[in-house]
Formats: sequence, structure tokens, C-alpha cells
Amino acid sequence: MDSMFWNRQVETLERTALETLQLERLRLRIANALRTPLYQKRLFRAGITVPEDIRSLEDVRKIPFTVKDDLRQSYPKGLLAVDMKQVVRVHSSSGTTGIPTVIFYTQGDLDRWTELLARGIVASGATAGDVFQNMMSYGLFTGGLGLHYGAERVGLTVIPVGGGNTQRQLQIMKDFQTTSLHITPSYLLHIHGRMAEFGINLSDLSLKRAYMGAEPHSEPTRQKLQELYKMDIFNCYGLSEMNGPGVAFECHCKADPHVWEDAYIVEIVDPATGEPLPDGEIGEAIFTNLIREALPLLRYRTRDLAFIHPEPCACGRTHRRLSRIQGRTDDMLIINGVNVFPSQIEEVLMSIPEVGNNYMIHLTSRNGLDRLTVQVELYQKLFTGDLSQIDTLKGTIKDRLRASITINAHIELHEPGALPVFEGKAKRVVDERERL
Amino acid sequence: MKIKQISVFLENRKGRLSEICSMLGAAGVNIRALTIAETETFGVLRMVVDKPAAAMDAFRTHSVTANQTEVVAVEVPDTPGGLAKVLDILTDNDLNVEYMYGFVEKFTENALLVFRFDDPEKAHQTLKANGVNVVGEHDIESL
Repeated sequence: MDSMFWNRQVETLERTALETLQLERLRLRIANALRTPLYQKRLFRAGITVPEDIRSLEDVRKIPFTVKDDLRQSYPKGLLAVDMKQVVRVHSSSGTTGIPTVIFYTQGDLDRWTELLARGIVASGATAGDVFQNMMSYGLFTGGLGLHYGAERVGLTVIPVGGGNTQRQLQIMKDFQTTSLHITPSYLLHIHGRMAEFGINLSDLSLKRAYMGAEPHSEPTRQKLQELYKMDIFNCYGLSEMNGPGVAFECHCKADPHVWEDAYIVEIVDPATGEPLPDGEIGEAIFTNLIREALPLLRYRTRDLAFIHPEPCACGRTHRRLSRIQGRTDDMLIINGVNVFPSQIEEVLMSIPEVGNNYMIHLTSRNGLDRLTVQVELYQKLFTGDLSQIDTLKGTIKDRLRASITINAHIELHEPGALPVFEGKAKRVVDERERL
Repeated sequence: MKIKQISVFLENRKGRLSEICSMLGAAGVNIRALTIAETETFGVLRMVVDKPAAAMDAFRTHSVTANQTEVVAVEVPDTPGGLAKVLDILTDNDLNVEYMYGFVEKFTENALLVFRFDDPEKAHQTLKANGVNVVGEHDIESL
């Protein structure tokens, strides 16, 4: 069934040959990296002055980690390893946490990235004749354009709708007999609830499959959506630092996505020590981009916690599979789709004199909606004995939090000393949400 | 004559009220009147005690969030319509009661009630002028 492979030769490459290819490409990227001041300094310090200093694939561990902050510090062009004239595309993160991170691509970079998406699309069973409705937002975000070019390369009919406008999305799905979607799990859930409102029945549609990404989701969520839509849903993993979507893509087995290992070196390490962990153990996923020359990123810490499946997949691909994301090593919370840093909550609380220094953030979920509870201690000296004072205080905290993080929090006031006190690093976030 | 009321912020936690009362017991403080205003997650315990200063000391020692306010303790005839008469005086004089509660025990033929007014001084004068007996701090201590 060669129809299920875009590039059977590479996708089923024997492990030793795959690793030889990885080493070869790693040296190319080292050569690119040595052209940037940041990597030159770091690699020199690690004893790597020429690509040949990487003698085996194990030598990848000599390379220091790269973190997101390195990208921010290098804004806008500090990590650019080619002449700007060679750059044909720029993508960027939204920069909600401060300085955006920027990714550059040469035409070759885009071609190699597009190849990976073509592999994923074909692995899902899609082919020329399928109508692909891309419901991810286009623009600086990599999610839209990444799949777009991959689908075109395979020969699908691409409808670049972008995100939003549910009524139009459904109308297009119906009128053009869309078979394949690229969408976030939350939007897919949302749309189902609104089909009746726009007079669309599932039987009016021709959906066969959806590529779901950009948001972590669980197996039960996939199952539920597959039931609701009577279609196959494929999980795809990516991050803009590693080009965007398509770093890992599920095949028809739907048993977690294959990391395209000719394009990436994936390592799982203990987030605390940086030491490698064996396949099957959960740790931080570290990626080295082997296919991008414009902006090399070596041993990039994703902060995503995951594990690598030790067993081969039934599909015959030799590229190992990455588990679903089990969590994040950093503390960013995604509450009802909004990115929230505990520091933002702390900032609000600490600006209110009646609030003591200790606080806790509790997250729970009900009917698919997240609920944020902020527990604070009342500052003893400002207690007047009035119930109305306390109600006003709760209202103030709630209002200021909403202004800062756009979320309606439930506020709980406690006596001073009632909340846990931490020695060393505080663990103020308790996340009891059911994972989607 | 105004008397001291102590308000304690209480989180809604099992055994917390008992802890507070034990602190007072250990400090030799006797509770004369009390009430609890409560919401879903916390409450405010209000009380009149025989030795307010000692109570506040005990609370400070145990880091209890407490505050003192002034209230007026009023003797109300323990007969049908007794409270209504006192309240009529207040209404006629445009005095607002924020909240009120009763003493634990009766010390005379009259019932003893604690009133919190937004203007305790005016309330005190008005009640006295209308022949209502207002109990002083000294009286509470020696009850």
C-alpha cells in the first residue's frame, strides 16, 4: 500500500542509515550555527569549532541547550545564519509574554518543511481529489501556512479559510464537499454545537478526516470528536522553533505521531538535570532542527513533557513516535484557551494592600470549562471587622484580575497563615483539571 | 456609653471556631454575647467579652485576624413588644441599625442586646434621652 507513503524510502529507512543521515545533517547545521555569534561562542566553549568535531551522533550531547530566551535575546536577527537576501519567509510567535521569537526560512528550508507535511498528509490516507479546508489562522503563526503548502504539494484542493466565522466554515464544508480539516480541538468541538443553528446536518457534509494540532488534547477528546463527526482525527505536533506543524505526524494507525527523524533529532531529558532518559520515560522533549539553514536551532528545550514509544509502529515507519504532551516544564497555564502566567496573578494580588503575601492558584474543570480559584490571605492589620469590606475586597481582586488576564476568577479569602508556606521554590499552582 | 466589640475573621474550616474560643478560655476571657456573620467561604465572628484587652492580646499572640469596634448594649424589656418600642425610638430619630444580636445570658429582668450603629454616639444619646438603659463597659465586665 504505497499510497500511504509520500517518501517510503526515507520513512522506512533502517535505523543505522537514518542515524548516519542525522549525523550528516547535524554537521551541516553546526556549520550554519557557527555563523551566528551566539552559537559560535557556545560551541567554541564546548570544544566544537568545526562541524567535524561532531564525530558521532552521541556527540550531540556536547552541544549546550538552546532555550526560548535565547531566541528573544536574539530578536530580531541575531540567530540569522544566512544572508537576509536568501530569506523568503518570516514567521513569529505572538509575543504575548514579551518579545516575540522570530523564525527565518530560505526557499530550501520551506521545501524541506513542506516535504514533512506532505508525508503526514499522505500517511493519513489523503490524496489528490481530497478537499482540504485549512481552519488554522494564517499569518505570522506557522499553523496555517505550514499545512497549506504540504497539502498543495500532495495535490489536495486547498481552501485557505483560516480561523473563525463558523457559519461560513460550515457553508464551505457543505458546498465544496470538504473531506479534510486542519483545526484545533476546541474549535472542532465548538463547531459541532453550532451546526443545528445554521441548519447543517452531518449528512450534508463529506468529512473524512481532520488534522488536529496547536493545542494539547487527550485520547478521549479525539475519540469523542471522532464519534461526533464520524471521521478520523490525526494528531500532529509542531512548534514554530522547529518550523511549525508537522514535526511529528500520526499515520493511519493513530498511535501517536512519528517524529520525522531525518529532519529532527529528538531527545528526552530529565528537565532538572538535562541528562538523557531512555525511551518510554517522561521527560522534556529536546529538538534539534536538521533541515533549516536560515535559523539553526540546536538542542532546543521545548518545555513540553513527553516520552518516546520504544516499540515500532505497525505502519512500518522507522521514525519513532512521540507521546502526547504530558505537561509543561514551565509554569504557563492555559485557562479556557487564554495563556496565563502565575506571575500576572501575583502582580495583581500584590497591588492590593488588604491582601497578604501568600496565595494559591487552583484550577479545576467542569463540563469542559476551566475554573480558576485564587486563594488569598487577608492582611491582618487592614481587617475592619466589616463583612462589606471583605465583599468589596473580593470584588476588587476579581475585577483587577479580569482586567489583567481576562478571566473571571473565583476568589477565596483565608486567614493569615492558613495557606501552605513553602520553603524554597513555592508551588502555588494546583492544577486539578481533567486533561482534555 | 459605648462598649467594645471584637470581630474575628474566620475562614470556613472545621474546628476553627473552637480554636478561637479555646484561646479566649486560656486567657481567662468570658464571652458575654456573640454572633457569626457568614458567607460561603468565610465568616466574621463578633462578640462582646468581659475583658476585651486580654482577648485582643490573646488574638495577637496567636496571629488571629481581629479588630475592635464600638457597639451599644441596650437593655430591652423582656415583654411582648419590648424590642419594637426600642426600634421605634431609633426609627423616629433616623438611626440606622447595621446589625444586632443578643447576649448569651440574662442578667436582669430585661434582655440585653448589642446594636451596631453607623453613628454609635448619637444612638447612645438618643436612647438615653428616651429612657432606654444603655449598658456600659464596666457593667459588662462585672456582669
